[in-house]
This record gives sequence, structure tokens and C-alpha cells, in this order.
Amino acid sequence: MVNKPLTKNIDMSRPPLDIAAFEAADGYQSVKAIAAGLSPADVLQLVKDSGLKGRGGAGFPTGLKWSFVPQGDNAPKQKYFVVNADEMEPGTFKDRLLMEGDPHLLLEGMIVGSYTIQASVAYIFLRGEYKASENALKQAISEAYEKGYLGKNILGTGFNLDIILHTSAGRYICGEETALLNALEGKRANPRAKPPFPQVSGLWGKPTIVNNVETVCNLPGILTYGVDWYHGLTKGNDHGTKLFGISGRVKTPGCWELPLGITIREIIEEYGGGMRDGYELRAFLPGGGSTDFMLPEHLDLPFDYDEVAKVGSRLATGTMILLDDKTCPVGMIGNLMKFFAHESCGFCTPCRDGLPWVDEIFNEFESGRGTEKDLQILHEHVDYLGPGRTFCALAPGATAPLGSGLKIFAEDFERHIKEQRCPYKH
Amino acid sequence: MSTNIIASTATKARPLTAAEISEIEHEMELYPDKQAVGLEALKIVQKHQGWVSDESMLAISKFLDIPVADLESVATFFNLVYRQPVGKNVILFCNSVSCWIMGCDGLRSHINDQLGVDFGDTTEDEAFTFIPVPCLGDCDRAPVMMVGDDLHRNLTEEKIDQIVADYRNKE
Amino acid sequence: MAKIVIDGIEYEVNPDNNLLQECLSQGLDLPYFCWHPCMGSVGACRQCAVKQYRDADDENGMLVMACMTPATDGSIISIADPQAKDMRERVIESLMISHPHDCPVCEEGGECHLQDMTLMSGHNYRRYDKKKVTHRNQYLGPFINHEMNRCITCYRCVRFYDDYAGGTDLAAQASHHHTYFGRHEEGVLESEFSGNLVEVCPTGVFTDKAFSEHYTRKWDLQTAPSVCTGCAVGCNTTPGERYGSLRRIVNRYNSEINGYFICDRGRFGFDYVNSEERIKIPLVKNGAEMEVVPAGELQPTIESFSGPGVIGIASPRASNESNFALRCLVGDENFYSGISDDEFESTQLILSLAKDTAFHSPSVREIEQADAVIVLGEDLTNVAPRIALALRQSVRNKAIELAKDCNIPTWQDAAVRELAQHDRSPLAILSSYATRLDDVASDTVIDGLEALAKIGSAIAAQISDKAPPANSAEESVGRIAEQLLNAKRPLVIAGSSSGSIALIQAAANIARALNEKRSSAIDLCLVVPEVNTVGMSMLVNANKTLGSALAKLQSGEVSKLIVLENDLYRRAAHKVVDAALDKADAVMVVDHMPTATTAKASCLLPSTTFSEHEATYVNYEGRAQLSFQVHRNHASAIPAWRWLSDQQHGDVDALINRCAEEAANFDKLDDLLPDLNQFVAGMKIPRQSHRYSGRTAMKANLNVHEPKQPVDDQSVMSFSMEGLPLSSDSPIVGSAWAPAWNSNQSISKFQEEINGDLKQGHTGELLIERNETGSYQELASNTGSANGGLQVAIAYQIFGSDELSAKSSTIQQRMTDAYVAISPADADALGLKQGDNVSLDGNGNIAVACIRSKIKQGTAALYCGDNEVDRYALGASVSLGKAADANLVRGIKGLIVSDLYEEGY
Ligand SMILES: Cc1cc2nc3c(=O)[nH]c(=O)nc-3n(C[C@H](O)[C@H](O)[C@H](O)COP(=O)(O)O)c2cc1C
Ligand code: SF4
Ligand code: FES
Repeated sequence: MVNKPLTKNIDMSRPPLDIAAFEAADGYQSVKAIAAGLSPADVLQLVKDSGLKGRGGAGFPTGLKWSFVPQGDNAPKQKYFVVNADEMEPGTFKDRLLMEGDPHLLLEGMIVGSYTIQASVAYIFLRGEYKASENALKQAISEAYEKGYLGKNILGTGFNLDIILHTSAGRYICGEETALLNALEGKRANPRAKPPFPQVSGLWGKPTIVNNVETVCNLPGILTYGVDWYHGLTKGNDHGTKLFGISGRVKTPGCWELPLGITIREIIEEYGGGMRDGYELRAFLPGGGSTDFMLPEHLDLPFDYDEVAKVGSRLATGTMILLDDKTCPVGMIGNLMKFFAHESCGFCTPCRDGLPWVDEIFNEFESGRGTEKDLQILHEHVDYLGPGRTFCALAPGATAPLGSGLKIFAEDFERHIKEQRCPYKH
Repeated sequence: MSTNIIASTATKARPLTAAEISEIEHEMELYPDKQAVGLEALKIVQKHQGWVSDESMLAISKFLDIPVADLESVATFFNLVYRQPVGKNVILFCNSVSCWIMGCDGLRSHINDQLGVDFGDTTEDEAFTFIPVPCLGDCDRAPVMMVGDDLHRNLTEEKIDQIVADYRNKE
Repeated sequence: MAKIVIDGIEYEVNPDNNLLQECLSQGLDLPYFCWHPCMGSVGACRQCAVKQYRDADDENGMLVMACMTPATDGSIISIADPQAKDMRERVIESLMISHPHDCPVCEEGGECHLQDMTLMSGHNYRRYDKKKVTHRNQYLGPFINHEMNRCITCYRCVRFYDDYAGGTDLAAQASHHHTYFGRHEEGVLESEFSGNLVEVCPTGVFTDKAFSEHYTRKWDLQTAPSVCTGCAVGCNTTPGERYGSLRRIVNRYNSEINGYFICDRGRFGFDYVNSEERIKIPLVKNGAEMEVVPAGELQPTIESFSGPGVIGIASPRASNESNFALRCLVGDENFYSGISDDEFESTQLILSLAKDTAFHSPSVREIEQADAVIVLGEDLTNVAPRIALALRQSVRNKAIELAKDCNIPTWQDAAVRELAQHDRSPLAILSSYATRLDDVASDTVIDGLEALAKIGSAIAAQISDKAPPANSAEESVGRIAEQLLNAKRPLVIAGSSSGSIALIQAAANIARALNEKRSSAIDLCLVVPEVNTVGMSMLVNANKTLGSALAKLQSGEVSKLIVLENDLYRRAAHKVVDAALDKADAVMVVDHMPTATTAKASCLLPSTTFSEHEATYVNYEGRAQLSFQVHRNHASAIPAWRWLSDQQHGDVDALINRCAEEAANFDKLDDLLPDLNQFVAGMKIPRQSHRYSGRTAMKANLNVHEPKQPVDDQSVMSFSMEGLPLSSDSPIVGSAWAPAWNSNQSISKFQEEINGDLKQGHTGELLIERNETGSYQELASNTGSANGGLQVAIAYQIFGSDELSAKSSTIQQRMTDAYVAISPADADALGLKQGDNVSLDGNGNIAVACIRSKIKQGTAALYCGDNEVDRYALGASVSLGKAADANLVRGIKGLIVSDLYEEGY
């Protein structure tokens, strides 16, 4: 039985499967299942039953999200399905793998999603820098049109779908789903107020679903192999497999599809090969730059949404960034703050004007001019940039490594102040 | 609808090329609203001209009947729209967290030394423009950078020297 | 109604609003920036944080933005909560990070919303000690200064300029803490409403450039409630004076008319008041020369203008009082219209329709409520600009309806716009040329005036078969009729500026047809061009045309003439005026600025301008409004009515009372006078603020003793700072100020509720009663003969068409020369290029060729400039030819049109 449904076709040493090879590997079976009579309501039920949670970061149940799209005669005719392929979260490199490695899987998932909400147009919002993904997807889309998986009356279902590949002009905030919609509309990518949620008023004011690439790639398997199979992929509370990655000073950094609930130690030691010689693990961000630091003491936790949440962090993208004992934690957080300050869209005050101040303070620490007063201001900004205070989740994301880092690395901050230099620099 | 006060439009539009027009017209089929096409048109013009000049922006404004202020508004928002001329090769240098842990700061200084440019600069021979970019999503092979459309991974100083030489020799 | 609890006190609120709006409506102080009472919420600034509790047992609560949270029944919130307060303080601190703290040299200082909110939030000490972000400023034209370093990124400017007013040349640029608000390149801000940026911006980024040049703090301005004289809309304003010169005009809230916004003509068109050219002293002809006559010795000359043989010509830019005084002086029979005969005929029709029970004359606020509109022949942006701005809001009613269907609150501004996209309530514009409202119009029909009237008739006929039968090949007729029929609140707009009475008739027929289909009166908005066209026309008997007056003079039937604040050369063909004036034995002209007519006076008497006297005017709806005197005239000018009045020393109240008694339809005029019962202990209302500074020193160069403040025995207002202070319980609000609210945002303290009436009323009096039933009209047929030329349509410019504002140096910088707009095909046929000088009918009138793509072939849209073209010398059609040289200096460089034909310019 298939146990790596997302990556089973991926071999980065060769080009991705073309459509014929993909079909031969159970590809587009889910579309055939639809053609054989699955109604949108049936698919929705399957996805709900699967327990699939969004892989874009927030972990929101996908079936539930889809169920908010108005259906029926009074609902707007035009609906949109949008794939969030913006992947710009620092330390995150999982969607790239899926798109470069097996683009047809994403298309297949998009057909499923679009069919369920009855969207006749789907956009892939792809990071502009992902040239290899762009080429792979372009090729796959044209093959899919040729084979009748896209276009009018797909496999005789009467369902029409066009997939349009949009390459972003580049901003991290475009990954935020409502900012993404503004960017797709050719506007400044400021986020939108929620409510109204995109499911009700999204792209061009029409009902819209935005899902992450990895989320969408889960869909074909659920339809092809069934919910029970899907539940069987993991032993924990969360279902399905997840792409986990490691960057930092391990022997073999990389990205692997593994069952949710595997321990963090296993990922780092078995897959990452353990820390490089001469380096010790100091702490790690479990799922990209906007998650709270976790510590070596958490290594034996099962890696899933709930367990990580219990220790005050988030699984988020599942791509870990490892901090070793030879690297300055203050510098690392400072690097993240610079990123967030630069990528703030500039719409709301705390984020726009708070993050640059934080960034400036880290510059001071870096150059040995940090003071207790500066430290105090950093602490204040953890609250000030927190959830509910800013317009979207970008700034609260920034406070995750900042807030946890200030606690965990308090001593390092103090040493920067006392020694008036970065103690990690020689 | 864009309006204009004759006196205030100091810049004159340059004619769009046939290739640009046909690509822009293609985008019109993909998006139901011309504002979306506006952003695509900026990218198309940049693809052909290397960057988006005032004259190009005015041309798009006229072609699509979108206010030039709206185009400027999005052009200056996004990282990958260049409103200044760039060199033949644009180096997008990742300086986000994983690359930072893996030592990208040192490589930045190296490029600075070798090419005499820092972030935002173009080399005197206009061969390279050096720009930082947020996480390129290749963190397991950090440090990384892009030159043009190509990704270069697991960078070292030697590797960078080689890459620069390769692009220099390309023409 | 819903009940909510704010800091332990229960309030009755409207659940359709958000918490911020309701807190302010309750008179509570809660800081905000990005929210605006009539632009809704976007949640950008995060300044309005409050604590909200789930229920009475919730002790922690959570922070929410009041402006983004509905005032749902049962809500429990706290403004005073320490966490909420702390948040608000932090937000101010953030906003101040790069703020230059240049309050002492900033024009906004003292009326700065940012200053007010900073104090209110309690942020005192700068902690940020790093580098500030700085920006480069742009040249934005003669009206607006740009100082981007003061920006706090609230997005209000672009939300007003683009979203509300339809501007296209101001936008947010760049991002994060470098976000910038400006044009794509330096240049004149194109919107006719750009001046509102001065008031919309909560700090000093956009300031009034003309004001800056002779700047005074808000508290040092002497102010009084005034009415704009720029057009017939009658927006309410607050002019401010210091040291004898009028310094600026700002909006004064009137819930029925202008609300929070006025146009740039109204804001910047006043400085003729300060002009050196003002007529300062009485002059009487002695032989060939005009001689100064001491005021005491004028009486015989003035008295010589009474008795038989004297006629008076009224003025649409003079007050009711002055017109009425002239009428009293010369008698009804000798009192003549002061507008062109065509316009007078149209205006008489408008007045008769104003009595018709089938119609209702909508206020500006009501215009905003229309959900289907047809405009026949009026270029509203240039004739009644504030109405054009209102129409931009009316087309959004569709969006608001859609939002309601989706349960999106209407104050969720961005969400409502996103949902509706380009869906708008229908707006059909029938015009001879493209107008500035076309971008939001559902149908624009561009045709000759006669054809447009026929299309209008066809629409009426389509709506009701009782309307005079008419057909049109125009494809939109059926659709427009349908839209008007299906609307909840349809609106028909026409007016006298098009010069086609048939269009007004067609408009009335459409409205009448609609009225047949429903029981309620139909909104019929008939605009006229000048501030008191309606008031003047109500005072003049219908047969007393200007033409007949001039004919009587020329024939010698009468020999003496009094001209009240009017340049007759703008009203009739120059030859005809010359003939009449040359024949007259004596011509008395009362005016404040020299004109071609004052040059012909044998007795020239200086009158005061709008800001120098108390007066009433009647706007397009028939709404009479009282405008107070702001400052004194320091020369010998007195109100025109005083020169003309038999009781030189009477006061204006007495005259208003008499006018109310004697003039038909003016009976409610005296209701405008303040009710003295409202005044505490007989105290007057000060024109100067309680912070007015330097009063004792102002005249110190003349005398070390402070002179006694001049007494105003004419008005309930005083020229001093003593009296009933300008506060929310004052019966008259000249300039809004409230404790802790120094900026114009203090207006909320004067409103019954946000966007409601002022506590002091002040919306004016509708004079004309509807008690007649009318019937369909046969359309007047065009009398003009086709002599082979192009059909003339008169065009207007917001900056230039109004006589008085065109004398303002600020406005002059935006004016163009007279132009004639024609289609490319006609231009080709005539061999004309963009910008050529063109002679009109070869009779010495010159205009600039303006080639526009959206103008009917065969039509010439003629803008007469500042009366540079003698339009009454031209017929219904005109033949054009290339003129050699002419003395045109401005050209058409400043023209704002969307359809200017680019080729060859
Ligand atoms: C600042 C910010 C950046 C984000 N970037 C991404 C991204 O690059 N890719 C992504 O899938 N989701 C991103 N998200 C999450 C999306 O807003 C959204 O939750 C997600 O696309 C939903 O997909 P899912 O339900 O399939 O997880 C981001 C969120 C925020 C606040
Ligand atoms: S938190 Fe505010 S400024 Fe930051 S990205 Fe979100 S909306 Fe923009
Ligand atoms: S006024 Fe509420 S967020 Fe700006």
C-alpha cells in the first residue's frame, strides 16, 4: 500500500513524471472517481472525514473551510479555487519539492478542490522566484488540457475548469490568503479584513477557497485510496503524512514525507543525520520563521499539531530551523526581525512601525550597543505586535521567535549588553 | 478611467512593442479585470526591457486605461518589479534565516569585495545587480542565490567566484 | 436599537454601526485615525483599541478595534481598561517614531488630529532614539502643500481622493515603513476636490498652500458661519480672517448639503476679497472723470436714482437682501432680471416646477441616496461640483445593497468595495461631451442638445404612455427607463447651464412619468449656476427680462439704471449692452470688483463681499441659508442693500423680516434668524476663539492702548473673544472646537449623532411650497438656424466659469483660456490642430482648439473663459476658422479631461 502519497513519484535526480507515467502511477484516479459519479457533496464529506488539516501554517480543517462556500441557486455562479504556492516563510522549502517533483499531483488535487466547491477557474499563486516549479507546472498544465483533465466538460462530467498559473511579483505578505487575493487582482498586497471571509467574498468579491500546495496534494490520495487508508497513515491524532524538513547544521539537511506523530528526535537523527560534528543543538523553530523556539528537551515529542501546541509552539509548515551552539541566537532572531520588518505590508501601525524599531534594536545588539532599555522595548513589542492588535498574522508571527527567544536566550541578550559585543563573534 | 492634466504629465509614453502587446493581450484572457492585467503587464515589460521605466509605465497605463498612479502603487510595492535599471544579470541573494545560519553574511561581504557592489547596487560594467531576497525556499542547501533564472546552492566563496566568472564569460 | 455597556454604563446604540462610531455618538472620547465618519472603517491605524468582554463573567476580555467591531446588542466593552489604554499609547508612540515633531512650524499645529490624539492617548516621552525615516516631498500644484515626513500612514488621503472622490492621480506607494502617499510624479493634483485632503489628513502632510503663504493659527482666525458663493449648491463654510485679510476657507458641516466636503472652487476661490483691485471708495462722474465723493455728500446723487425712469437690474450673485432692497427702491415694475434671457426663461421654468407636487427637490444628502440617476445635459463637476461628488456616492448604493445581502456591514469600507467590484447603481449621463463623471456612469450618451432632449422625451414616453409620445433610435432608452422605474429612489437631474430649456422639460417629463407610477414625489434636481440665481429669480417678475430692460434703455423709454453686483457683459451680447449703457443718462453700479460694467458707471458704489456682511442666499433646492459676516471691510464698502435702502441705518434683520413679509414665497426667510431665546443672558457669539492671541498688541504700532473692540450692533455675533464660547451648546457654530478636540474632527461633538444633524440645527429653510399640479410639457423646439457651422454647446470649467472665484489668484493658476472643443473629424475637416487659436464666426472672438475624442461630430463645446468670448453674440451654431495670433496666455494646459485627443498635441 502507498505510504508516501505526496512524494511517491518524486525523484529529484530526474525530471518529474509526464502525464502518461503519472497516470500509470494511479494518477488522476480521483478525477476518474468523480467522473464515475462522486458528487461535490460526496467529495466534501470524504475530505471532512479524512480529517485533513491545512498545511499552510494555520492547520485549519480543510473540509470545514470548504463547507463555508455558499452553494445552491442563490449563491454566486462564479467561484474560485486558489492554490497558495507563495512559500516565502523563512526556512520553508516543502511546496517547492512538490511542485518541482510531481506537478500533476497538484493539478489533480486542484481539480478535486475546484469540483467540490464548483469553481470553474483556479489560480496557482506561485512565488516568482520558483522558476523550476513554474516550468514544471506549465508543462503539466498543458498536458492536462491535452488529455481532457482540464478545460470544458472534464471526462464527460459537465464540469469545466481552467487552471491559470500566476507568478507573484514577490512579497512574503502575499502568502497571507487575503493579501494573496489582492495581489492576484493586481493590487497592493495588503491583507483584507475578516470577516467577510474569502469563502463568502474572495477573489473579485466572489466565493473563493485558498489552500496550500501540500494541502491540495493530499486530496488525490484521499479520493483514490479512501479515508481509512488515509487514517492509517499515522498513529497520532492528526491524519495523513506531512512533509518535514530540516535546515541548519545537521549532517544531511533535507525534506521528507513522514507520518504525522513521528518524534522530532527521529527526524533529526534518522533523517537529518544528527548534528554536524562539533555542533550541538541549542534550540529549533519547528515550522518556519513564525513559530516559537523549542528546546532539545522537546525532542521526544510526537511531531503533530496538538503536541507541538501543548509546549507553546506551532507545527506550522513542519520545516524546522535548527540553531546550534556556535551560532548567536540574538543574531538569528535579529535576522528574522529584519525579514519581518522588510516584508510588513505597511498597512497597520504596530507592524509597520514596530518591527523596524525592533530591527534597529537588534542592529544595536549586533554591534555591541544594545542597552537594558532596548531590551525592555523588545519585551514590550512582543505584546504590542501580538494577535488581535495587528491587522493580520504577520506581526504576531514575528513575535513567536522574538517572545520565546527573549525568554530562552535571556542570558545571551544580557551578555551582548554587558560585553558590548556579540559573544559569538571572534 | 484615467484622466490627465496635460501639463502634469511630463513623461511621455514609449510605444509598447508588438511582443509586449501580444503578451499583455494574452493576459487579458486570463483575468476578468484589467487591474490584474496591469500588474502582469509590468512583469511583461520588465521581462522584455529588464526594468520598468517611467515611459514604459505610462505606456501600460495608456494601453490598459489604468491610472499610472495605480501602476506605480503596485510596482513599488512588490520586490520583483524593478523601477530602476538593473544589470545584465540580477543576483538575488538569499539572506534569510537558514542561509544566515549557514554563513551568508560572509558571502555577501565576499561578493561585495569581488564585485564592488552591495545590496541595491549594479556593477560598473552593468553585468550584475546585487539584490537581497527573502528565503528562496531551498534552505536544506543553504546558502543559496539566484542569478537570472538559475538557482545556485550550497554556496562557498570559491563557488561564487566560479559562478560570477561563468556569467561574465557567457556573452 | 441595541443596548451595549461601555465601562459599566449602558447605552442605547444603533447595531448597524461599529463601536467606535457609537462611542463617539455617545460623546465619549476614543482616539482614532483611519476611520472617517463618512468613509467608514478599514482598521489600519489600530488606534481605537478597546477591551471587549464575551459576557458579564468574562474577566479577561480581549482587545478589539472599535471601528472594526459591530455594536451588537449586549456588547460589553471598556475604553478605560489599562491594557486598551496601553495599546493606544503604544500606537501613538509608533506613529511618532518618524514624525518630525515640527509642530511649531507646521500649518496643522493647533488643529491637528494627531496632536489631539497624542494627548488623549497619554504618550508623553520619546523613547525612540534611532534614525527617522524621511521622504521627499512633491510639488502638487497651486492648492496643496506636501510634507510627507509628517505622515502617519492612516490611508485616509487615498481613501478620500481615490475611493470617495474618484481621483486617479494619488496613490499609496512603496510599502512597510517607507509607505508613501503622492503622485506618480510631481504635478498638479487633478481632482476638483483635492482641497479636502487638507481636512481629511489628520496631520500636516497635505496643507492649504494658499493659506500657508499668509498663515495664521486656527485659534487666531476670526471666523463665522458662512455659505459658499461659488455655485448654487450653497455649501457651508468657515472663512477665517486675521489682520484684515481673509486667510482661508474650510468646510463647515451641514448634514443636508455638503457634509464634510466642499470643492476646490469653494475652498480656494475667495481671495479676490483681499484684492488690491477692490472698489474701495464711492466715485461719481463729473464731466468725463470719476471723482471721489465723500460719503456724506453722496445722498443727492443716490437720490437722483429714484422716481420714474429708473430701472434696476438684479444679480444672481447678490444676496436676497440686496436684490430685495433694489426692488424696493425701483419698484417691482422696474426691477429686472440680471441673468441672460435664455437662462431666465429656464429658471422661471425651474421655479414653476419647484411648486409642482409631483416632484421633490433633493438635498445633496438625498442625492447620495438615489439608486438610479439620469443627468440631462449638465456638466455637474464644473457647474455644481458638490453634486457631482454626491453622485459618486449614489452609484455606490448598489454595493451597499449587495453588502447587506451578504451580511457585510456598510461601514466595512474595503469589504463592501471588494464585494461589489464594478457593480454600481445606474447613472445615465446625457451630454454633449464626455464629463468627469463618465467613469462611474452606466450609460453615457453623447449627442447634440436637441437630440439629447428627444432622447429624454423618449425615456419619459417609455416610462409612461401618458407622456408625450416620442421615439428615439438611441439604444439605451429602454434600459434607462427600466432602471429608473425599478429604482427605489430614482433621481432626474437637469438645469439651466446647458442652455437648453427642452432638456429641462424632458427631465420634468421623465420625473412626471415616474411619479405616475408611484405615489411619492420624484426627486427632480434642477441646478442653476450661481449662488443666488434662485433667490433673485424669485424676486423678479417673469416678464422682466434683462433683454427688455436693455431695450427700454436703448429706446430711451427709461434713462437711469442701477446695476447691482453684476457684469452685464456676461449676460447679453456686448453690442447690446454697450448700446443700452451708452444711451442711459446715468448708471449706478454697486459692486466690489471692477468689471466691464463698472467701467461704464456714472456712479460707482463699493459694496462688501460675502465675508463682509450678513446675508441670505437661496440654493438650487430653494433652500435659504443665512451667512454671517466674518470680518469688517476697512475701506468704505458697505453692503449693497445699504446703498440702496431707504433706511440706511436699519439692520439686516429688519430687511430680512420685511422681505419675508412682502416678497412672495419668502415668508420663511425670517426663520433663519437666530432665536434669541437660545442665547444665554443676552451674550453674543464671539467670532474670535477664546485663545485668540495678541489682541492687545495688534494695533500697538499705532497706539499703545488696546483699542476698544468694534461693536457689532447688527449681528448676534461679536468681533471679539468675549461672549458665549464656541462650544457644542452654542447656538451658532462658526468654527468647531471642543475640549481636547482642536481639529475639525471635533465636529462629532456638535452632532446629535455621528453624521446626524448639528445640535444647533442650521440646515436652512426650504422656501418654496409645493401646491400646484402640473402636466407634461411639449418640448420647446430649437430656434437656432443651422448656418452650416457646428452646433454650439456651452461648456464650463470649475476654475474659471464662476465670475468671482475667477478673480482669485489661487484659482487663476488653474484656469485655462476660452476653448472650443471639437471632434477629431471636425478638426481635420477644418484643418485645426490641438491648441490652435480659433476664430468664432470671424467676429473677433478667439478660443483655443481643444480636440476631444468623446464629443459628437458637428458639436462645438464652447468654454467662454473668464468672459473672453462674447457668447451671446454667437448663434446656436458657430463657424470656426484658424486664427492667426491672439493674446492667449494660459492655453488649455490646465484642462482636466479624460478624452483629450492626444495626436499632435
Ligand atoms: C504572513 C503570512 C504568510 C503566509 N504565507 C503562506 C504561504 O507562503 N503559503 C501558504 O500556504 N500559506 C501561507 N500563509 C497561510 C495562509 O494565510 C493560509 O492560511 C493558507 O494558505 C491556507 O491554506 P491551508 O488551509 O491549506 O493551510 C501565510 C499566512 C500569513 C499570515
Ligand atoms: S500585521 Fe499589519 S502591516 Fe503587518 S503585514 Fe499584516 S496588515 Fe500589513
Ligand atoms: S480608527 Fe480603528 S483602526 Fe483606525
